[in-house]
Amino acid sequence: MENKTHFDWKLAVRYGLLAGAVSLSVSVIGMVELFAQRDLIAGVLTLGQVILFLAPVGLSYIIAGKQPPGKKGYALLAGLITSLVASLPLVILVILATSFNLREFLPNVSPALINTLTFGQGVIPGIFILMIVMGILGILSAGMYLLPERFRKPIMMGLLWTLIIGMFSEILTERLRSFFGVGISKVVFSGKALRPTTALVIFIIVTLISAAWYRRGEAVKERIADSPTMQSKQFRWGVFAVVGVIFLLLPFLLGTYLSEVANNVLIFAIMGFGLNIVVGFAGLLDLGYVAFFAIGAYMMALLTSDADQGIAGMSFWLAIPICVAVAILAGITLGIPVLRMRGDYLAIVTLAFGEIIRILVLSDLLKPYIGGAQGILKIPKPTIIGLDLVKPDQFYYVVLLGCIFAAFISWRLSGARLGRQWMAMREDEDVAEAMGINLVSTKLLAFAIGAGFSGLAGAIFASKLTSIFPHSFSLMISINVLCMIIVGGIGSLPGVIIGSLALVGLPELLREFKEFRLLMYGILLIVMMLARPEGLWPSAVRKRELLAYQETGPTADPTAVESET
Amino acid sequence: MLGSWRDIDWIGIVLWILRAIIIVMVIWGTIATIIDNPYTYRQWIDFIIFGIAQGSMYALIAIGYTLVYGVLFMINFAHGEFFMSGIMTATVFIATPMAASGFLDAQPILALLIIGLVAVIVSISVALLTERVAYRPLRKAPRLVPLITAIGASFFWQHYFRGLYGSQVIPFPVPDVLRGTILIFGTQVLKSQIIVIVVAVIMLIGLNFFILRTRTGKAIRAVAEDKDTAALMGIDVDRSVAITFATGAAMAGVAGLLYALVYTQVHWYMGFIPGIKAFTAAVLGGIGSIPGAAIGGLLIGLFESLGPALFLEGLGIPAPHQLKDVIAFTMLILVLIFRPQGIIGERLSEKKA
Repeated sequence: MENKTHFDWKLAVRYGLLAGAVSLSVSVIGMVELFAQRDLIAGVLTLGQVILFLAPVGLSYIIAGKQPPGKKGYALLAGLITSLVASLPLVILVILATSFNLREFLPNVSPALINTLTFGQGVIPGIFILMIVMGILGILSAGMYLLPERFRKPIMMGLLWTLIIGMFSEILTERLRSFFGVGISKVVFSGKALRPTTALVIFIIVTLISAAWYRRGEAVKERIADSPTMQSKQFRWGVFAVVGVIFLLLPFLLGTYLSEVANNVLIFAIMGFGLNIVVGFAGLLDLGYVAFFAIGAYMMALLTSDADQGIAGMSFWLAIPICVAVAILAGITLGIPVLRMRGDYLAIVTLAFGEIIRILVLSDLLKPYIGGAQGILKIPKPTIIGLDLVKPDQFYYVVLLGCIFAAFISWRLSGARLGRQWMAMREDEDVAEAMGINLVSTKLLAFAIGAGFSGLAGAIFASKLTSIFPHSFSLMISINVLCMIIVGGIGSLPGVIIGSLALVGLPELLREFKEFRLLMYGILLIVMMLARPEGLWPSAVRKRELLAYQETGPTADPTAVESET
Repeated sequence: MLGSWRDIDWIGIVLWILRAIIIVMVIWGTIATIIDNPYTYRQWIDFIIFGIAQGSMYALIAIGYTLVYGVLFMINFAHGEFFMSGIMTATVFIATPMAASGFLDAQPILALLIIGLVAVIVSISVALLTERVAYRPLRKAPRLVPLITAIGASFFWQHYFRGLYGSQVIPFPVPDVLRGTILIFGTQVLKSQIIVIVVAVIMLIGLNFFILRTRTGKAIRAVAEDKDTAALMGIDVDRSVAITFATGAAMAGVAGLLYALVYTQVHWYMGFIPGIKAFTAAVLGGIGSIPGAAIGGLLIGLFESLGPALFLEGLGIPAPHQLKDVIAFTMLILVLIFRPQGIIGERLSEKKA
């Protein structure tokens, strides 16, 4: 009997509407227009266009995969329909915006946005161009699915890297210029974007390399992994040393601006290590983590500032242990009342603590002491043997020192008795207590050490900025750090750095992101929990647990403090 | 013996001391204020009525927290955003054009009904979308996972609507009929506050009827009791959960309209603080209980409007009204520490709390 499969129109239309809704959303909330100012490939592609077309292209690719195998025409048709349907909401938006003044309601539906959507060709031709471009992209991306894997993967890699390099052209130009002079940088980049020809060259090179890697890579990797040098201790120390040297020389490679970014990344990483102990190791979801950051920063300001609020006029190095000690004390003080709380109630209470501290800092009540909304100014930078560490590339070493300190302590603790007590407590408090773990001291130690790291980060932060304001200590910081460790992988130490690079470093390099940072974080939190709860660089234990969780269902508990009710 | 000092309940003692300090501070502040008597009788009445109006708004929002917690044992952190999204959309697309065309003043009741309806519809849509995408796939996951997605959803919606309608504060046009005061029991009361209280009471009675008397309400209660058994009895659990979210969001949508009437403005960040306070109200009253949410909401509203004047001022704190949010947050902490089961509401087992 002939197996007759009909083409699933409904599915294609539904996917198209979904993609259209996403594209329409990113347009009307202003993302497309904002990112349209960042060229990736000069005159060809802007970041705004990438964001606009991302959903239709992605869903065309996915729907091509849902077609019955062997029906190549179906896959292409599905891709075409999905992307064409996806273009309809945008077309309607363009028509509406040109006939009515939509801006009254939606301030971001600006003439500039319409211009971007219609490729600057006027309304009627622009609509057709938009639909044609969408359709072609849909077919191309569906066609991509039909390619055999050995072609598909390298091509995708090539595209990805071209986009990434294009995205960072501004910084790469600046770096190339300072190392090789203007000449080279002019060849590769035009203004702040890739030249089309170099983009093509990069695409071809990356594609070829990854094609070669695809054919031979696995074998090579295995051979290296099996070789005895790879497994020896010396080799691991060697890797360690190389990484260390790279970290030490980083400011010379990066220059002033990127050093500043690196400083922020490392400061957040210090906080990440601290929260990783509280949330990742001990399983206590703390949303008021910013409180200790604020306490550390304000202590530093009070102890060292030359302004009226300064009380001691200490040096940075003398003040820093005091800041950490005060933060630890605060951690214990705030920890005691919540010792008996678990899970989501703990999260809400800590959030309330964080907000209370923020409001108190802003209020008139404490204004005589810590300056209210005007903050505290004139915090000196640290000095080493008469040398003021003023510039970001000098200050980097202070931050690096703090970060190494935090990382080292976290690393040693994770394997120590205390670390394993935390993890036992995370899995099941009652069982842990029955095994003889003193819950009170174990929990308090987690809060204390976490708070200490946060205080350290705060103190360094205050000294870096030389002035602090209450607005720097909003709930957003807590959420930011939480996102970081979730993205990196809860309980994983390299994950903290990865998370910090991705969530603190990237948005600083792409400054337009600033406005939509929290929107992205929101999406990221949801997507990570849905698709990759173990994070980008999961810890080995957690990976195993999650595997068991997926196999046995919810009885084995990966992230929770307690089991299902 | 050596072990004996370890047996003392240190934390219990510390918590008792904390409780005593707070009670003493509140009493001291109150007495000092009463002796000082800085406010007139009229002002106190204003504080109380404002507190009740605000409290009834909190009560409506708290219903959403309580319903969802009762059914899923999950803190729907994004609930404040359901509240914000409805009234923001209704203000931008309905209320402002209506005010410009004069319809709002010509037909105030009809206009407010339309605004409220739109707000409710948008709130419900946002809630259903959030539930479908961020909560439903994770229903069997450990309990912290949906809390994290809820935080994510909250931030997403805040900034989505910020992008949509801009980051500025949008004025809400109040019909002329509702401006000014009327005389009730010999005191002048703001009309908008009376409307808020009346509407909130009607909504709460309606909700109670819906949950206790209708088939759907029965299904929701059955799902809250035991999902698996409810499913065996032929109840569509997914549908009941979705209806629970929709009911909570509808209440939040109405609360949004009431907020706009009281404060005469809306903005993208307006959901966060009322959301936290309403959650406090739900916990204070006993989370999972509808009368509890109503009582808790009223209490929080009253504390917040009376508290700064009544006991913070007595303690000699400058500009006490800056600290009204601190009162709500402190109450949240105290309730969760000392009486997690709330005023009404059965004692939740340790595992649940």
